[in-house]
Amino acid sequence: MSDHSSTYEPKTGIEKWLDARLPIVRLAHDSFVDYPTPKNLNYWWTFGGILSLCLGVQILTGVILAMHYTANADLAFDSVERIMRDVNYGWLMRYVHANGASMFFFAVYIHMFRGLYYGSYKAPREVLWLLGCIIYFLMIATAFMGYVLPWGQMSYYGAVVITNLIGAIPVVGPSILTWLQGGFAVDNPTLNRFFSLHYLLPFVIAGVVILHIWALHVVGQNNPTGVEIKSKEDTLPFTPYATVKDGLAMIFFLIVFAAFVFFAPDAMGHADNYIKANPLQTPAHIVPEWYMLPFYAILRAWTFDLGPIPAKLIGVILMFGAIALIFALPWLDTSKVKSMRYRPVMRWFFVLFVITCLGLGWCGGQLPTQMVFSIGEDSHGNPIGLSVAILSLMMTAYYFAFFLLIMPWVGLKEDPLPVPASISEAVLAEHNKKKG
Amino acid sequence: MSSFMTKTLKLMAGLAVVFTLANSVHAVASEGFKEPEDHHFTFEGPFGSFDQAQLQRGYKVYREVCAACHGMHLMSFRNLGQKGGPFYDPKYKNPNENPIVKQIASEYDIAEIDPDTGDEITRKGTTSDRFPSPFKNDEAAKASNSGAIPPDLSVITKAREGGANYVASMLAGFQPAPEGLTVADTQHYNPYVHGALATSWKGDPHKVPLGGVLAMPPPLAADKVTYDDGTKATVKQEAQDVAAFLEWAGDPHATERKQMGVSVILFLLLMAGITYGAYRQVWRGKH
Repeated sequence: MSDHSSTYEPKTGIEKWLDARLPIVRLAHDSFVDYPTPKNLNYWWTFGGILSLCLGVQILTGVILAMHYTANADLAFDSVERIMRDVNYGWLMRYVHANGASMFFFAVYIHMFRGLYYGSYKAPREVLWLLGCIIYFLMIATAFMGYVLPWGQMSYYGAVVITNLIGAIPVVGPSILTWLQGGFAVDNPTLNRFFSLHYLLPFVIAGVVILHIWALHVVGQNNPTGVEIKSKEDTLPFTPYATVKDGLAMIFFLIVFAAFVFFAPDAMGHADNYIKANPLQTPAHIVPEWYMLPFYAILRAWTFDLGPIPAKLIGVILMFGAIALIFALPWLDTSKVKSMRYRPVMRWFFVLFVITCLGLGWCGGQLPTQMVFSIGEDSHGNPIGLSVAILSLMMTAYYFAFFLLIMPWVGLKEDPLPVPASISEAVLAEHNKKKG
Repeated sequence: MSSFMTKTLKLMAGLAVVFTLANSVHAVASEGFKEPEDHHFTFEGPFGSFDQAQLQRGYKVYREVCAACHGMHLMSFRNLGQKGGPFYDPKYKNPNENPIVKQIASEYDIAEIDPDTGDEITRKGTTSDRFPSPFKNDEAAKASNSGAIPPDLSVITKAREGGANYVASMLAGFQPAPEGLTVADTQHYNPYVHGALATSWKGDPHKVPLGGVLAMPPPLAADKVTYDDGTKATVKQEAQDVAAFLEWAGDPHATERKQMGVSVILFLLLMAGITYGAYRQVWRGKH
């Protein structure tokens, strides 16, 4: 924390010399060695470190892939296959990069739900949360553009569907769309700019990550009790305590990662993306990557025009609104208690929220007209029951209600459980409970 | 309180299972194609690898049957002799020196521009040449195939849901169209193909036949190729062999990848054990 005075003592001559000119070793020491961490952090807290690892892996493999990739609509597909076949360990680089994107999102979702459950967005961590939201938004943009680069069928039609969302904006939409695509359709200019931005954005993410970690070190880490650090008793130095715990979690994360890369590298991809993009042949079923599916379901949930507002525009507003609400979260939650451990009502709404997000993800992968279950048929032989479109709409409604109604309302009405006086008291109580 | 999270996770895992099951049952009911048969290929699973004799047979089927219409423009002759390939020989680490591969390449005429005159000429193939395409361009391909372009087969098993099992099932699965299904003369019914047949079906709308139609006529027949190793060339055998060859061609480093994966995971497990020991040591008495 910022009021934590530095304990770094340069020992050798060169360290003293450098410390007087650029105290970078001091910064590293204060941030990653002596930095006090709450002693009760659980494994949900290891995903911050895991995410740094993911970003590093993506940048490293991405830089190497860019050395062999050709950003041209006629050549991109074959250049990716050349990487897979003829570049030494090219298949490894590409599979790590492609599966790395999925693992990155898997980790970021756990990181976000952890923040949501333990109230890590509440004062004084609002800026920390906002920076995290910006990183997440940049990740979506980067992943989307990266998925376009192999120029397969899903790449191409994904780009068509997503860029066309902009066209739904009244008056200026079509002009912005042409400007974004670099023409009147997704084509070579689109691919070129996506490649350029896909190479740029990860470094922007890295910059925001530095701000995120800076903000974290100013306010200190939250912890499962949500009670702020009160004394030195509550903390342990980052090294070796957090480093060894983060390290262990990273290894288990890497085992899952490796299982995908080496034994099921295409499991999270789509077969159609091994067909070269063909603007004249639309695939039967356009779906984004799994980590975008919940938002895709929200986008398609609204199916009818509302007076002069077309359904498509409402879908776009809902989708961007769903992301915007995550940014607004610190000001929507009225509860005085941070951690949902001590919020007996709210945590059930949280569980339902997680299920809703997973359910929306499932809906995003289905055709909207498909039935979840049917209870019979009408006179035309059409099934009656719950369609994916209706289920999506219901879950979208809950998604919005969670942020806009439940968060503010439950926070005011709920009777929280007694919160421990300090972190060390909570740790002691837990310890005694285990013993007795 | 952590038990709350545990219970919740269990609940969610249960729901996920229910969702997945509901989804899979549903897929069978509405997508309208026959699920591919399981051909029990040798390359399946984390320890599976290609059967070289099968790859050789599969290449023969590709060359003598499929190659008449389907190109494999990502494949070079040298690939046939690389490690894991159908004609790999440990004596020739460099596939360009492999006599079988050299022989195969030399049997093809490759179009080229004469560097002295600029004329279009043909020359004998070399190991570095790509498999030649059967048609000069897409228009020629369409003209010879009633308007359809035969897809390139370089990554076909990755480009089809179901992979090699689908390719083998489809190739061996052509059937006469069911009574009541209108199929154009240039089309051929196949229950494994992903298609929507409701509009060309005259029977009970609840009993639309599974499958779709293809411009490709049934390509395989018993004894269409004569295998050098004496294997009996049934339609199923040919279909499986060529599917195995195409699987290898689409992912030529698969065996190397799986072998590396085993080492990587063993290494990570060892690291996990050591780190866990360190973790216990460091955190002793702290929680």
